[in-house]
Amino acid sequence: MDEGLRSELSKQGVFTTTLQELYNWGRSNSVWPLNFGLACCAIEMIAASMARFDISRFGSEVFRPSPRQADLMIVAGTVTKKMAPLVVRLYNQMPAPKYVIAMGACAISGGPFKQGYNVLKGIDRYLPVDVHIPGCPPRPEALLHALITLQEKMRGEPLAGPAPARHADPAAPGEYPVPAYGPYDLTPAKNEELWRPAPLPRGE
Amino acid sequence: MKREADEQGLIGALSTGDISPDQPAWHIASPQPLPAPYELKPMPSGTAGLEGEVIEVSIGPHHPSTHGVFRMDVVLDGERVLRLKPVFGYLHRNHEKLGEQGTYLSAMPFTDRLDYFCSLTNNWAYALAVEKLAGLNVPERAQYLRVITAELTRVLNHACMIGFLLQELGAMGTPLMYAFREREKILDLFEALTGSRMMCNYLRFGGCRCDLPPGWAEQCTRVVEGLPRFFDEFERLLATNEIIMARTQGIGVLPADLAISAGVSGPGLRASGVNYDVRKVDGYGIYPRFEFGVPLGEHGDVYDRYMMRMLEMRESVKILQQALRDLPTGPVIDPKAKLRNFRPPAGEAYGRLEAPKGELGFYLISDGGPSPYRYRIRPPSFINLTVLEDMCIGHTLMDAVAILGSVDIVMGEVDR
Amino acid sequence: MDSPEQIKARVEAALPGVQLELRLNPAVPAESSLVVAPAHAVAVARFLRDDPALRLDYCSNVTGVDWLDATVKEKVKTRRLVAGEEQEVEETIERKRPGYLEVVYHLYSVALRHGPVVLRQRTRNRFEAVQVASLTPVWRSCEFQEREVFDLFGVVFHGHPDLRRILMWDQFQDFPMRKDYVEPDDYEYEPTPHDEILDKARRHYPTGGTA
Repeated sequence: MDEGLRSELSKQGVFTTTLQELYNWGRSNSVWPLNFGLACCAIEMIAASMARFDISRFGSEVFRPSPRQADLMIVAGTVTKKMAPLVVRLYNQMPAPKYVIAMGACAISGGPFKQGYNVLKGIDRYLPVDVHIPGCPPRPEALLHALITLQEKMRGEPLAGPAPARHADPAAPGEYPVPAYGPYDLTPAKNEELWRPAPLPRGE
Repeated sequence: MKREADEQGLIGALSTGDISPDQPAWHIASPQPLPAPYELKPMPSGTAGLEGEVIEVSIGPHHPSTHGVFRMDVVLDGERVLRLKPVFGYLHRNHEKLGEQGTYLSAMPFTDRLDYFCSLTNNWAYALAVEKLAGLNVPERAQYLRVITAELTRVLNHACMIGFLLQELGAMGTPLMYAFREREKILDLFEALTGSRMMCNYLRFGGCRCDLPPGWAEQCTRVVEGLPRFFDEFERLLATNEIIMARTQGIGVLPADLAISAGVSGPGLRASGVNYDVRKVDGYGIYPRFEFGVPLGEHGDVYDRYMMRMLEMRESVKILQQALRDLPTGPVIDPKAKLRNFRPPAGEAYGRLEAPKGELGFYLISDGGPSPYRYRIRPPSFINLTVLEDMCIGHTLMDAVAILGSVDIVMGEVDR
Repeated sequence: MDSPEQIKARVEAALPGVQLELRLNPAVPAESSLVVAPAHAVAVARFLRDDPALRLDYCSNVTGVDWLDATVKEKVKTRRLVAGEEQEVEETIERKRPGYLEVVYHLYSVALRHGPVVLRQRTRNRFEAVQVASLTPVWRSCEFQEREVFDLFGVVFHGHPDLRRILMWDQFQDFPMRKDYVEPDDYEYEPTPHDEILDKARRHYPTGGTA
């Protein structure tokens, strides 16, 4: 519908919407996160759900212990190589539509522990991440900001058409392969289809 | 019982002579058999078809009651725990390796992320070890600042620990919200002082990084004055609560001799009645100047471990009041302390202090170079878990969760 | 509390046939350590725990240390002819020291409130003779810590009740805390001012192009 007509109608007290908008509005205001903490950032995630920061203002206070009931995985903390297969498995167990927030420097890239032998250098090697929050640890406000960013993304997701949202696209994978423990490293060390390393600039 | 039998068996095998050189270099012991007293007994007659079977359950690493990414492999007979093997390593971030790769100072921010509730006591333990190794002095004002920040950390940690313990007993949210309300007040102080809420990175070898901002001491005094009211409120809510007493008293009893032998430290050790507080024993920093008591438990059960935290917070407030009253003026860092190109002499030192979770130690071997040759952390949470199985055997699974909560672990420190 | 020298003398007097070596610690002399042969380690540990004057009932910390093969420089005084007359001359000789793994125990006494006493065990080399005696039967607190040393350093504790990997996964085949451990090559370019990390990235992308 034309935006101008819609604005005119709303001045007359007639509110119009589409099924897509209504659907996205509903689910973006009740994002249920997985009750899933890995390290330091999880404490700030808990702090965000407590009285001072009060994540329930944004409809996300319902932390679900079971992945089957959750929409959002907040990867809050360092993902080690020993933990990475379990994180991927938890993601696979979540029902679509599902979203991932990488909270903190460790979840994004390994952060301060990047040089460690048992530290995964970013969860986006195995999972599609929707919102990255920098910080070590990010403040609770930053998590709230990431949640609002995610809600905006959800509201703009088309359910049909040439480029539908991930959960509405039958060709998009709903599950990702779980890496196995190898003798020296995880096998494979990254999901090649999902993640490619940044190019090394030349002539520096 | 089981342990003594093991011990005798091992000694018999070992005392006979030298270790034979043809032992295989790669030797992985088979899992222990089930302890004898808990073998399945036949069910009473008339219950045919109801015989139970032993089931093995893996709890964690993603489980809401396991404090992050801790895993327990539990063997259950019905609801009763027959065997419980902790599985670690899901947060093994190679802290020690990274500490050996960087300089002495560059390990300081990593210590923040050990026990991420108590970054300031971690800083202090590391600074203590390095100062012992290099023979550095700490100015008077810095000593007071260290005590004030460490005791605030202790209050913060104990309050949150009680909140989490109560959450695991089924009081979803409310006590934890009370604890986090006080935590936010203390974190505001830390943020004003150090610039960060959790990862303070405040201490330096031979002092502290910066002096107090204007008005900090007054704000801190106000927060400290408000703490006893919070303790009263918290205790009224919890200490004589019938459900809490029923769920925690007599559960997870840890005898004193086992606690000492297993290296349990901190409130868990004192709950078993052992009067051992590193603040009193070593008298590090300026703790001998302060008057404070060391609370001791009688039974060594979950309730005593919970009460230890409650009482220690009150003692911490006493220390805080004295320290804020006597806070001297002066420099906060030894002018001779070098931040850049710091090379302590060759040698080794083990520095330890009473962190909120127990005895936190740092063992450093220096070869005279800019980075430690060996950098080792003695993590209290990890060693306190040695007796988790002993405390849980025979109790129900829901009690095992409460016992784990009463040990007070943080995975960043357990796995490092 | 007794000095490390006094403790050494007491142990050797009480346990015939046991020889301890004193490893001096120049930085903190009171924390000089006693090196015990693995064959006698349990007996010595038991004595240290039960002796009424020591009562080291609390094993606080267990650490592994990896010492690579090294050339040690020693100053030795020798007499030799210099310019026609015999003089005492100090000269430096270099000696090859084979590498070994070491396990360090820090012992305290809760009963008598003293410590630490530092006890060390050494393996014969870093490859196949890596056995030492487990002190878990004496101090229960060694249980997990010795497992950790086994996991990260590859020291095999003879007599440990449950020697498995503890931090790394079971299929893992290396000992990451050893000094010659080679990490899996999963570096990537990142904008950083640290030369060594940039060097690692260059080694990872030898052609300089995209990976």
